[in-house]
Amino acid sequence: MLTLSDHILDITENSIRAGAKRIEICIDEDSENDLLTVEIQDDGHGMSPDAVQKVVDPFYTTKTVRRVGLGLPLLKDAAERSGGTFRLKSQENCGTTVKATFGLRHLDRQPLGAIINVIVILIISNSDIDFFYKHRHNDRRFEMDTREIRKEIEDVPINHPQIIKYIRGTMEEGLREIEPEA
Amino acid sequence: MAKLTIDDLKKIKEKVHNEMSLRDGDRRVKVTVHMGTCGIASGAKEVMDTLLAEIDAAKVHDVIVTTSGCMGLCSREPLVTVEVINEPPIKYEYVNPNKIRQIFKRHVLEGEIQTPFVLAKGSEITK
Repeated sequence: MLTLSDHILDITENSIRAGAKRIEICIDEDSENDLLTVEIQDDGHGMSPDAVQKVVDPFYTTKTVRRVGLGLPLLKDAAERSGGTFRLKSQENCGTTVKATFGLRHLDRQPLGAIINVIVILIISNSDIDFFYKHRHNDRRFEMDTREIRKEIEDVPINHPQIIKYIRGTMEEGLREIEPEA
Repeated sequence: MAKLTIDDLKKIKEKVHNEMSLRDGDRRVKVTVHMGTCGIASGAKEVMDTLLAEIDAAKVHDVIVTTSGCMGLCSREPLVTVEVINEPPIKYEYVNPNKIRQIFKRHVLEGEIQTPFVLAKGSEITK
């Protein structure tokens, strides 16, 4: 995992596996407090309090194909390496929220990376799930909600190449405007 | 560049509607990029980006792309499965942007399996 986008793609994959119908990805850059927050919230089937305790253990996984589960431990490590924190809240049958904070200007903070590509990959390969992306950089913000796009395009599939091109275009424009530091 | 608006989205919708009525018999090939923690860490994202760019450049509409989780062969990631309709799925190992370009052009478009990169033929059992 070289960039925060890689982590986001990975953690979101957990939400998808938890049967989420809507996933919210929020990135918040706060220069004044030197803080970068990444939050991923889903409405999947959630985890028991017991499982929540265990998720950051690399040897805990719900999968049966192998004995390690590294997604969350790697994110926790990446956050703590840059002087940040890691928090996970989950309620069974309600959903899970993963929140990681990073030192925005910390030398060991991984760069944000190709976040647009990650969102596009998620939308293309999970066309039945709604994604909401919010990116704030101090007082500037950008939002993209596939639910709103879906409303406009009616029966055209969201993963149609023309629609994906549009989503990529709006995200490129939006992010150019807020000039992310990360 | 002019700002993209909801109106642009409506125009795209109309255009797509017109095109859709001219075409049928979709979904000839399904390509799955395995994107577990292991896949992403070894470069599945770059493979996916390249694949999407190639599909866009070739202007094909009968190829669908999807992702899946880890299948327990982490050491051979990035893994890509190509399923041509009515044929057994082919799994490729250690895929990188160059290999996926070749796989797309030769296997997906022309039907010629790229044997040197193949890990296995047939389906795996996951979960």
